Formats: sequence, structure tokens, C-alpha cells
Amino acid sequence: MDEFLLRALIGGVLVALISAPLGCLVVWQRMAYFGATLSHAALLGIALGLVLKVDLRLSILMVSLLIALLLMLIRRYKTLSSDTILGILAHGSLAAGILALSFMPTVRIDLMAYLFGDILTINWTDITWIVVGGTLIAVIIARIWQPLLSVIINADLAWVDGHRQDRLQLIFLMLISVAVAVSMQVVGLLLIVSLLIIPPAAARLFTRSPEQMVSAAAMVGVVSVLGGLGMSLELDTPTGPSIVACASILFTIALIASSTKQFKHDR
Amino acid sequence: MSVIPPNPRVAEKVLLRLNKVSVIHDQTPIIENIDLTLHKSEIVTVIGPNGAGKSTLIKTALGIIQPVSGNVERAKSLVMGYVPQTVSLDNALPLSVERFLRLSSQVEIGALNQALDQVGAGGILRSSMHTLSGGEIRRVLLARALLKEPELLILDEPTAGVDINGQAALYHLIQQIRDSYRCGVLLVSHDLHIVMAATDQVFCLNRHLCCSGAPEQVREHPEYLAIFGHQTAEELGIYRHRHDHAHNLHGDVCDHG
Repeated sequence: MDEFLLRALIGGVLVALISAPLGCLVVWQRMAYFGATLSHAALLGIALGLVLKVDLRLSILMVSLLIALLLMLIRRYKTLSSDTILGILAHGSLAAGILALSFMPTVRIDLMAYLFGDILTINWTDITWIVVGGTLIAVIIARIWQPLLSVIINADLAWVDGHRQDRLQLIFLMLISVAVAVSMQVVGLLLIVSLLIIPPAAARLFTRSPEQMVSAAAMVGVVSVLGGLGMSLELDTPTGPSIVACASILFTIALIASSTKQFKHDR
Repeated sequence: MSVIPPNPRVAEKVLLRLNKVSVIHDQTPIIENIDLTLHKSEIVTVIGPNGAGKSTLIKTALGIIQPVSGNVERAKSLVMGYVPQTVSLDNALPLSVERFLRLSSQVEIGALNQALDQVGAGGILRSSMHTLSGGEIRRVLLARALLKEPELLILDEPTAGVDINGQAALYHLIQQIRDSYRCGVLLVSHDLHIVMAATDQVFCLNRHLCCSGAPEQVREHPEYLAIFGHQTAEELGIYRHRHDHAHNLHGDVCDHG
């Protein structure tokens, strides 16, 4: 096997595995739009990284964390709903990012690669980043899994058990920021959210416990990455969109299969 | 405020004390100047019309809401069990009754089944939380609270949406729980009559405390009558439930035990 393909496989599978638990938590908390906001804001992170000449993942992480904190603060003002605030943050930062890039005519960047990913050019340093970020996410998620589930189910009940919603949600938002920063290269900023939410959505249709759903989402994610890579090699299609297309096809199959099951059950 | 009559439980340990507690939300006072004391093995019911601040009072007692003035004292390392009216579960989160109960109590399966049996919801351990009726969810929430072996059990409108026989059975169950766990019980309700039969102390809330005391005394109190009406009070009276049969979850009569 060519080494670039091996790297792409490792990177893609790792990102699919990281996305499974985070994606389930995003779906359960109806935070898909938050993920989209972070990935839009990441473009501002890229621009800042290019200006300041620092690692792009680092600048994306900083901007994402900033957006997460801003969101936590602004949410206390109840006049505007969260999705309106997210919309402002998403498109405001996207615009700022593109403006910043346009002021740097000397910088030659492949915008498409950032937006839609370029998994085939992934190198060992990128993979190291994914491993480090993924391990961090896995360790912290394992530690806060039960409390976070309690808070998602009912914040008041969780409070009585000593779990604090604000603290747990802030940790969770930070983990999402880390995930966006390290998985940017695999599917691209615009498609990160799909890798977060499509596998859990497909998994939900066949699972009966939160943990089952995470495992099934991981499987759907991994199959999508393998399928997308294969498709990209065979048909010479862009890899990121191919992965997302595979995930969407798997979701559609799951939906049809589960509604047929439901239909038989109802009769 | 009427004079609080002698209460047989005052010799017991104080679990919870609210001192002149006021809560303001969006510049609107929700509850004002509430004094309330709850002892071990005592059932205290707070009744009041809709919007009287009953749920706020409960959340303040639990510590979820902070009072703007006054303070809440809890016994040292008090274990509280909270039973909200319901939990609204997102369909995207698959959850069985067993998994839900295990979130707060890491106990073996026998203990889970026992707790469900105790609240009359045996046999639903494997069911999905999404398929339960409102009454079943409430029983699961009660079982969840009991698994923590609480010293203080706090219930928000436990009988809302339950039919009259079910209500009486539920109060009977709460009394049984008090007797077997020797825990204090704080509950709020807008029911008038059934509540009274199973309660040691009644507090009548309408933003402030209108009156309090033993059920028989509160029923005669002019402020209580002003809120709930003379007629209702006389028509319904205090309903002492003599339960000579048992119900299963569907409300059908079945044999004891």
C-alpha cells in the first residue's frame, strides 16, 4: 500500500472514532448548529494563523475556544435565542476570516483544501496531532460521561446529584473545539459537522442505549471513511465530500431499513 | 399567619429550614419571606394555586435556585432525593429504565427491581424510557430517588395528571416510604383534599405563606378559604383513604402483595 494511503486511512479512522462520542453528545443536546458555527469560525483561525505564522491547528483551537466562551456568556441574555446568536457568530467570523485572507495577497493558500479537506496530503505530524487530541478527548469524555449524560437528561436532577451543568458543558464545548482543530484536515471545515452528526443519526435508529449508539456511530463513521477513500481513489472524486456522501448513504439505508421494520411492527 | 400548633415531630432532627427566603426573577418577586421547617419523618405539604411559586420553593430548598434574601439551612451532608413532575427526554437519546436508574446509583440489578417493585412499577426495567406513560415515568423517578436512600425526599406535584384513586394510592405510598425510610418528605401540590389526609403539616402558599399548621386547622383558615373557596373545601372535605385493595400500573384492581 502506498504510504500516503496508509496515512489517510489512519487519520480518517481516528477522526471517525473521535467524532462518535462527541457527535452523539452533539445530537443529544441539539447542538448541530454549534458545531457548524465553530467550523465557520475556524476559517478566521486559519487567517489569524497565517498572519501570526503559528500552527494553524493552534490558531483554530484558540478561535474555537473563544467562540465557545462567547457563546456561554451571551447565552445568559435571554432576549435572543441561541440559534440567532450562533448565526451571528458563525457568519460574522466567517466574513472576518475571508476579509483577513483577502488582505494577504502574498499568501498563496488553497482555500478549497481547508473548506473540504485534503486527507490524501496528511502527514505523520498531522497524525500525531490527531492522536494527541483524540487521546485527550477520549480520557476527558470517559471521566465526565456519566455526569454529562445526567445533565443532558435533566439538569435539575443532575444538580441534586452534585453535577454542575455550566462546568460540564464548558468542558464539552472545549473538547469540540479540540476536535474541530485536529480533524479539519480530514473532511474540511464545512464538512466536520456532517461527520459529527450523520453517523450518530444513523446509529440511533438501531440502538437501545447511549453506549450502543456511540459504538454504532463509530462503526458507521469508520465505514464512511473507508468507503469515501475508496470512492475517491476509484472515481477520482474529492475525498472529504466522498466520505460525507458515504455517511449520508449509510444513513439513508438505515432510515429505510428501520422504517420497514417499524412498518412490519405496526401491522 | 396563624399560630403553628404543637407538632409531634418537633422533637426529631431538623433536616431543612428556610429562614425568610425571598426569590426574585426578572425583577418580579416569586416567593417572599418564606419560613419553613421540616423534621425527620415528617411530611410537609405546600399547597397553592398555579403561579404561587411552589416549584420555585422546591428548587430553592434543593439549592438549584439561590434566594436573594434569607437563607436555606440543610442538615449536615443531607442526602436529598428529588422527584420532578416529569423529565422530557429527547428521542435522539436511547435510554432504558435500567440505564436511567444506573446513572445515579451503581447497584446490582436486584436492587433496581426491588425499588421499582416498591413503587408499583415492577417489570419495566428493560423498557425504553420513551415508551412509558406519564404515571410510569413518575414512578421510575420515585424509584430513582429511593435508590439513593434519601434522608429528605422532595416531590414536585406528584399527583398531577393521576386519577383520584391513583392519587390516594400515591399518597399512601409516600406515607409507606416515610415509615420505612424514616425520611422527611417535602411535597408541593395544588390538590386540596387528598394531600391533607397524608400530611403532618400544611403550608398554604400564594407568593407568601398565607397560613400553616395541621391539615384540619389550615382547612378552616380564612386565608385558605379565600384562595381555595368555601364551597370546594366543604364539598371535598378531608378524604381519609381506606385502601382495601391494590392497583397495578394501569389502575386495575388486583390482589394485595
